Amino acid sequence: MSWWTDVKQQITESPVWQSIFRHGYDDTPRNRILMVSGNVWLHLHPSKVRRHATRMRFTWCMGGITFLMFLITVVTGVYLMFYYRPVAQYAYADMKYLEFDMPFGMLMRNMHRWAAHGMVIAVWLHMFRVFLTGSYKPPREFNWVVGVILLVLTLLLSFTGYLLPWDQLAIWAVTVGSNMGRATPLLGHEGPFAEFVGVNALYDVRAFLFGGGEVGPHTLLRFYILHCVFIPLVTSLFLAVHFWRIRRDGFSGPAL
Amino acid sequence: MATSAAAKAGQTGKRIEVSIKKAIGPGDDKVHTWPHLVRAEFICALLVLFGMIVWALMLDAPLEEPANTSRTPNPSKAPWYFLGLQEMLVFFDPWHAGVVLPSFIIIGLMVIPYIDINPKGNGYYCFRDRKWELLTFIFGFHILWVSLIIIGTLLRGPGWNWFWPWEKWDPHRVEALTSVNLPYLLGLRDYFWSAVFGGVLVVIFFVVGTIAMYGWVVWLKGEEFMERWGMTRFFITSFLFLNMVAVLIKMLMRHMFNIKYVMETPWINI
Ligand code: HEM
Repeated sequence: MSWWTDVKQQITESPVWQSIFRHGYDDTPRNRILMVSGNVWLHLHPSKVRRHATRMRFTWCMGGITFLMFLITVVTGVYLMFYYRPVAQYAYADMKYLEFDMPFGMLMRNMHRWAAHGMVIAVWLHMFRVFLTGSYKPPREFNWVVGVILLVLTLLLSFTGYLLPWDQLAIWAVTVGSNMGRATPLLGHEGPFAEFVGVNALYDVRAFLFGGGEVGPHTLLRFYILHCVFIPLVTSLFLAVHFWRIRRDGFSGPAL
Repeated sequence: MATSAAAKAGQTGKRIEVSIKKAIGPGDDKVHTWPHLVRAEFICALLVLFGMIVWALMLDAPLEEPANTSRTPNPSKAPWYFLGLQEMLVFFDPWHAGVVLPSFIIIGLMVIPYIDINPKGNGYYCFRDRKWELLTFIFGFHILWVSLIIIGTLLRGPGWNWFWPWEKWDPHRVEALTSVNLPYLLGLRDYFWSAVFGGVLVVIFFVVGTIAMYGWVVWLKGEEFMERWGMTRFFITSFLFLNMVAVLIKMLMRHMFNIKYVMETPWINI
């Protein structure tokens, strides 16, 4: 096997290799820290954490799972975007095409759908865990608020995606789900005091969201952009703040 | 002023204590993130990914007939995570169930860290140190939110009528709409005076509720706690709490006595 050791040495000691990988896998305390601090992804973590924070029974890993669900939907979502056109004539046909003709189309669609549901469930459980461990108490008050914003964004992501298949389920669920818009006091045409403000079915908050008086082709494009561009971007920004604050505020745990 | 200075001194004291502990050593129970945390996360991610793939292979995402704006399905349901709110429509008008209540839920969640000044139970599981906080959260989240979602998802059929799982969804089932408003039930027939009576009831509910809550908190925690808690925190908490209780009361009134509104006016009904 000496030739193998030779080759390995040749590769790992080459300037190219060393320009990419700064350190090896030696199990030394120094290297363990470099592993985390020298890696752009892993350095979301501090290089050392308190023992209980690594335990499933403390975090339930739910924040991590929520983030994983988000990543799954991003990856599968990009795949779906290659084949899907947000135009009322095509959208439904594209779904069928995706399901029956595209390699792995059905699998990608299923993964996307179930991960979205999974994200909603996981974010609730994560919030419940954070509440049970009292981790929102000082100094982490603000990160809890950021979390609530993320919770709302998660629901909005899921909700805007619901419309895109453009089937009966989609348009009626979105119609029912956004009826609250039309009932908003002052701003919706069926809400209290609408007659004093002068809003009507074509000119109120729901019409603004829909791009018209009811769910239609214009709504599809709006929800598509909200779902694929706007809300994911905003969510990513808040996720960055959320993760940053976990590091700054320190991870919660029992007093030493 | 004096209290905040004292609080600051307390904080600094704690900081010094912590840094002393750090300096002398055994207080630190830290381990290396690599491998301890990264390994756990990796295994967890693999298992979840595997589970997701199996789920996606076994169960197809739904796709019904093409969208048709002229054919409304019965029942039309919002996505499941909003069904708690849709179920609320049975008890409240749309502006209330769809706008006011969700706003209160979001605001209520956001203010939790600021109204909860109990220093205990920070960073570990416990029940005894934070009994009331936990009970309130569990009441709101599990009883109100989750159980209403379950009702909305599984027990509501055509016409948003109640169907047990073993009952067939019969779209022609007729349910008599026999609900009445509370003032009517109590014998009031005049629109104007009914509205006044209902409005007074609503105001009384909040006033008496706030006073009762004040007394309760003082009885439970003592004057000294109330002073530290402060009136701002107290009023925000009691207002949100009373709204939560009101939802339950309204649900019970409807289910048990068939009461629709407490107050009816041409503009808003409660
Ligand atoms: C998109 C949604 C979210 C993601 C991806 C996310 C992710 C995470 C992750 C990865 C952690 C590290 C610890 C853990 O896994 O439990 C964390 C901690 C935390 N999260 Fe979230 N979170 C989200 C939503 C929320 C929500 C809805 C809340 C509360 C309302 C919240 C409040 C917190 C707090 C206070 C911490 C610090 C916990 C501690 O120090 O023990 N997050 N989050």
